[in-house]
Amino acid sequence: MQTKIKYKVTNREKRENRWGILFSLPCILGFLIFALLPMAVSLGLSFTNFNFTTGGQFIGISNYKNLFSGSDPYFYKSLLVTVIYVALSVPTAIIVSFFIAMLLNTNVKGKGFFRTIFYLPTVVPIVAMAAIWMWIFNPDMGLANNILKAMHLPVSTWLSGESSVIPTLVFINLWTTGSTMVIFLAGMQDVPRQLLEAVEIDGGGFWAKLLHVTIPMMTPTIFYNVVMGIINGFQIFTQSYVMTQGGPNNSSLFYVYYLYREAFEFGRMGNACAVAWVLFLIIMVLTAVIFKFSNRWVYYGGE
Amino acid sequence: MKNTKKIISKILIYFALILGVLFCLVPLYWMIRSSLMNTVEVFMMPPRWIPSKFMWENYQEVFDTLPFGKYFLNSFIVTGGCVVGTMLTSSICAYGLARIKWRGRNVVFACIISSMMLPAAVTLIPTFLMWRTIGITDSFIPLIVPAWFGGGAFYIFLLRQFYLGIPRDFDEAAYLDGASHIQIFTKIILPITKPALAVVGMFAFLNSWNDFLNPLVYLNSEKKYTVALGLQLFTGSYRGEWNLMMAAACLVLAPVVVVFAIGQKYLIEGVTMSGVKG
Repeated sequence: MQTKIKYKVTNREKRENRWGILFSLPCILGFLIFALLPMAVSLGLSFTNFNFTTGGQFIGISNYKNLFSGSDPYFYKSLLVTVIYVALSVPTAIIVSFFIAMLLNTNVKGKGFFRTIFYLPTVVPIVAMAAIWMWIFNPDMGLANNILKAMHLPVSTWLSGESSVIPTLVFINLWTTGSTMVIFLAGMQDVPRQLLEAVEIDGGGFWAKLLHVTIPMMTPTIFYNVVMGIINGFQIFTQSYVMTQGGPNNSSLFYVYYLYREAFEFGRMGNACAVAWVLFLIIMVLTAVIFKFSNRWVYYGGE
Repeated sequence: MKNTKKIISKILIYFALILGVLFCLVPLYWMIRSSLMNTVEVFMMPPRWIPSKFMWENYQEVFDTLPFGKYFLNSFIVTGGCVVGTMLTSSICAYGLARIKWRGRNVVFACIISSMMLPAAVTLIPTFLMWRTIGITDSFIPLIVPAWFGGGAFYIFLLRQFYLGIPRDFDEAAYLDGASHIQIFTKIILPITKPALAVVGMFAFLNSWNDFLNPLVYLNSEKKYTVALGLQLFTGSYRGEWNLMMAAACLVLAPVVVVFAIGQKYLIEGVTMSGVKG
């Protein structure tokens, strides 16, 4: 960067342009190399039957056709499993973390302590988390069934039952909602006191305050958490890879697990790219739909 | 009347919160207590809450069964590389996007932010193929290098928020004194945003240490495994030896807990910022 310093505005602008790009260069390159290029490559490959042994040929939209025609039953199976998981885990996580944030937002003592404890599980490595819960939910020796037995309640098969595995994973997911809770809590602290007091003066109780002030004022935060919850929920992988290997009988074969299997176990890279693009489109469409309807229920102050 | 109602609701709130605390902590406690039991006691029914004798040997046995020492070293190399790369490049980029006015800045920032919504699963395969094409797999490089390109949209976003909060007069004055952007960045901006950079470093540490999918895809030979993969190998091969498995899980978790203990206050503030301002 050898620019002769001339004291003119345009020169400074030029210099700023240069420095700006130079400073931002790592992330510009990062975006191009690790986001844009892979997206383009994977779109291209999704129209081929690329694999490591025979290379790839252009086969048009065959991959997509095969996926949607159901000739590989695991595609729909994994999509269904994942949609059910997202449909169950996002609302429960949102409701539970919102509820806890609400409890913390009253003037309880030790707010910082509670916040720290609730956040702690979110930093636990997923593999370690998986190991812990596998042990707790062990049908024969685990803590969960032991507690149920002691209380004379029916035991469950948890992770090893076809119908109980998804609810169990939804439950485990609640363990790591601390970050969502923390975001809610921060949002709640911005809810104007005078509005809450106004409801109180009008004789409104807890529910009136919640329904008419807190929730409406919190809609942007709820919106953010729902979107992020859906994006993350669709990408669940490690839990089932470590705990259930997609089983029993593929009942926890999540979409990304299916994708992983296609790519790295069966080596069908071309098809896996199509699978990945379908996921991308699903997430895009879902997010777009939520955004579209967001103006009906999301309140943005001052707009 | 109103007072008793208040007291009851207080009690209910604390009751619910303590239930939540138990839900968060009991699994962790269960891991620790199981890791210190012998093979008989760990299966005893009804379960014991405290080991009759602390079996510290279990931890030794974990290291004897699988080369966890090696895994730790590998994880520290990968994590270290990611943390340094992230802190360095995300702060530089955030400066470029927050403190310098240049044409195209908003477009670039919009791109970076939108890449935050990009599912990692979609870029996984082509990125893997890229590394394979240039012949670098079964190596730490694919795990570390991306961190040196801005480290990730989240970090840039976070730091940019902090940098935007610094009054403009600071660099304007320095600029009129003839300071270059490099000087303003290193002498003014970085020193006053050290805590924010530390938050980014901690997040980068946690993400890299906890990452499972990328090591799984890129590392083939067992001697290159990170702790996350080592633990997965352990749970796969020593199913049933729950005390050893829990000891291994404790080991993997330990560095994370240390980082959390040091920085939990700042970490939580960082999460808060991403949600509220995002």
